[in-house]
Amino acid sequence: MKKLFGFIQKEFRHIFRDYRTLLIITGMPVAQVLIFGFAISTDVRQAPVAVLDYSRDVETARLADKIFASGYFRFAGALTGAGAIEPAFRQGKARMVIVFGNDFAQQIQSGQGFPVQLVADASDANIARLLTGYMQSIMADYLQTSRSFPQGVIPETKMLYNPGMRSVYMFVPGIICLLLMLLSCIMTSVSIAREKELGTMEVLLASSLRPVQIIFGKVIPYVAIAFTVGLVVLAMGYTVFRLPVAGNLCLLLGECLLYILLSLSIGLLISTVTRTQQTALMVSMFVMFLPAILLSGFIYPIANMPAPLQWLSAVMPPRWFIVIIKNIMLKGAGLAHVWKETLILAGMTAFFLTMSIRKLMVNG
Amino acid sequence: MNTVIHTHHLTKCFGTFTAVEDLSFKVARGEIFGFLGANGAGKTTAIRMLCGLLKPTSGAASVAGFNVFTQSEQIKRHIGYMCQRFSLYEDLTVAENIAFYGGIYGLSRKEIRLRSEQLYARIDLAHARHTLIRDLPLGWRQKLAFLSSLLHRPEIVFLDEPTSGVDPITRRQFWNLIYETAEEGITVFVTTHYMDEAEYCHRVLVMVAGRMAALDSPEALKRQYGATGMNEVFLALVRSEQP
Amino acid sequence: MIEVKNISKKYGAVQALEDVCFSVREGELFGLIGPDGAGKTSLLRILATLLPPGSGSAKVDGFDVQRDYRMVRRHTGYMPGRFSLYQDLSVEENLAFFATISGMSVKTNYDLIRPIYASLEPFRKRRAGALSGGMKQKLALCCALVHRPSVLLLDEPTTGVDAVSRTEFWDLLKKLKQYGITILASTPYMDEAGRCERIAFIRHGRILQTDAPQRIVQAFPHRIHAVHSGDACRLLRDLQQWSHLHSVYPFGYYAHLIDRRDAPPDTVTDEITGFLAQRGHTQVECRVIPPTIEDCFMNYDCP
Repeated sequence: MKKLFGFIQKEFRHIFRDYRTLLIITGMPVAQVLIFGFAISTDVRQAPVAVLDYSRDVETARLADKIFASGYFRFAGALTGAGAIEPAFRQGKARMVIVFGNDFAQQIQSGQGFPVQLVADASDANIARLLTGYMQSIMADYLQTSRSFPQGVIPETKMLYNPGMRSVYMFVPGIICLLLMLLSCIMTSVSIAREKELGTMEVLLASSLRPVQIIFGKVIPYVAIAFTVGLVVLAMGYTVFRLPVAGNLCLLLGECLLYILLSLSIGLLISTVTRTQQTALMVSMFVMFLPAILLSGFIYPIANMPAPLQWLSAVMPPRWFIVIIKNIMLKGAGLAHVWKETLILAGMTAFFLTMSIRKLMVNG
Repeated sequence: MNTVIHTHHLTKCFGTFTAVEDLSFKVARGEIFGFLGANGAGKTTAIRMLCGLLKPTSGAASVAGFNVFTQSEQIKRHIGYMCQRFSLYEDLTVAENIAFYGGIYGLSRKEIRLRSEQLYARIDLAHARHTLIRDLPLGWRQKLAFLSSLLHRPEIVFLDEPTSGVDPITRRQFWNLIYETAEEGITVFVTTHYMDEAEYCHRVLVMVAGRMAALDSPEALKRQYGATGMNEVFLALVRSEQP
Repeated sequence: MIEVKNISKKYGAVQALEDVCFSVREGELFGLIGPDGAGKTSLLRILATLLPPGSGSAKVDGFDVQRDYRMVRRHTGYMPGRFSLYQDLSVEENLAFFATISGMSVKTNYDLIRPIYASLEPFRKRRAGALSGGMKQKLALCCALVHRPSVLLLDEPTTGVDAVSRTEFWDLLKKLKQYGITILASTPYMDEAGRCERIAFIRHGRILQTDAPQRIVQAFPHRIHAVHSGDACRLLRDLQQWSHLHSVYPFGYYAHLIDRRDAPPDTVTDEITGFLAQRGHTQVECRVIPPTIEDCFMNYDCP
């Protein structure tokens, strides 16, 4: 135990002496959360929309008022003919054009139809989809309030768990997930690779320390740091973005800890097969981190992936952790609902830890 | 005397620390000039200044007729440099390394081909031209590195511990190459930790704590210190200056 | 204390060690002498239990390096060839760390390292990376000794270190003898062989000879003629033309010549002097000298 303590103390000395790296490690998550939270937002706000109105009657004016009062859209001018639509897109004046057909008020009142066409600039498909979605829900709302349109049942949509459809709710759990992975995996793999590069690993292995002690000595300091960073990000989500933690905080932290351990053990395994800090960093980045972003369901929905990629995503730890963290934070789920994912993570941790200990032992 | 290196009160400070102080000496064309000193005595700093890699703090120096302050680019073109730690790319073959060195000194393909054939003939390496450097024994590697640094026919070649760890026979073959090079009129500026090699130099400069402690032929130094070998001279010099 | 039996090791197609056998007695200062690439590092790493031998077996302090590797690790101190301490930690932090990982404190065995540590004491707050080459080696030695091992394995402790620090380092090793520590040190510097009680020559993965350096020198089968003239460079070339030449190599000031015949030394000396005078050499010196360890080692290339 004393040996292990000495080891951990040494590890912390390395960490605190290299204050630049420490600053990056702690500063990066904060910066990332702010960047993702504020700048990279997929929320629609004040999107420019032009109107091509062939009716020019009371009802089109009422609908247009409703649309532009929503705050999602901004009036970008009235067009005079269909020929003006494309130029408006090309000049970037509008992202969407609403076309009201002839005799709008009459058709609505008589219940004959709903002569509206939405033309969107789909050069950015995601935004176009978002805009049309928002627009449609506003129009559905309009149709329900206008008593004169009795036909058909229009469903009322309600957004559970994220009523404001705010993307922060999506990003903060995702960032926690990726950052913990990045920090833990890279920090451990690089710190062990450094010992190899220096030649100190030889001395450690030749000493009476057991490989398990070396591994724990390496892992524990980084668990502590990554966990602190995770706490900071959570706290920021709560204070800056009003992100609630609906579920049990202890459960959430426990899951974080498990996930950190898992990432560290992957880092360990990487470091046992690489020789230099540089390769350790590269492998961590390209083998673990990038696929983790792309395949975890953080950005692209897993259900839309082709089957082989779905299988691949099943071995990505973030995929499971993101489910856990979202369920706990947003839905307030308890262990009863996330036990399966937890078990998967625990299994992975055990697997990678044994692998790396065995790798280290091989020489003995 | 045809002087190729000339330093005059050459000094280099790093902050408050004086690494090289008041170094004045001349080296003649075709001379084998030994540069000795304990670790941290300022040898590397001095060599880096002479190679145009580091600007001196004060004093003056010219190498191959060029001023180290203002003409470092010309200096680099007229010198060769080989260091013990890094010299050849281990993951390239012998021929690829030679082509690389020839290339960075602006030799044409024809010249590179011609000179590499001469090089192979000189150390009998033609059979290994497609061997990766990492598969080459250390002794061959060092010889090859030395000859590669001569590819562009420099006036002076700087060798930083070229024979460290090399086996005794190869070490002597290496010195044979040094002798031949000097006879061609190329000045050889060499550092070593092997004191018997100091005896092969025409003149030896011993640095202690950033200063020049002695400069003379090995015979004269031995006579002066009543020593039988350069090892004793070296120990006497270093110990007398260190507390 | 150390017993190496028929150890071989291959890396791919490269035979790093071939049928290596030797033993080191308790309390002995044993030198493993050979150039880079001879297999010294592989051998030491096998003994330090960091590398499994391909075949053969080895015992350190009575424990098998494969079966009882934990015991071997407990009883040995290993110092790898490269400087392998934490450059960003201070002198005393390094020492304290290596003490704690063996479950000890620096104080426990301070008597053992005091003679070495004394010269480092003034710099104990300095980062290890900022030490000079000689001091780094001393610190590494302290760290390898801090758990009071019975066997020290030192891989090229003096490589790249200047002549003065090298001398000091060997003096320190000699002092450790009074504590009964067995030392196996490797070196490419032939002149350090004389510092060891016994040595083994190693080359191309094979042990060439194991004995006390004095006895190796005594058993040398040839006579060495040390020759010098005013023109050292031409001297060597001319001596290569000597009709009874066995070998000639420069050795610092002199060239060492071995005559092929079994002629009386004075005759050979006279003949060589005459031969050189004839070729226009001046200040010719020629006398018989005892061979050096390097002569003995080189003799394996042209026996």
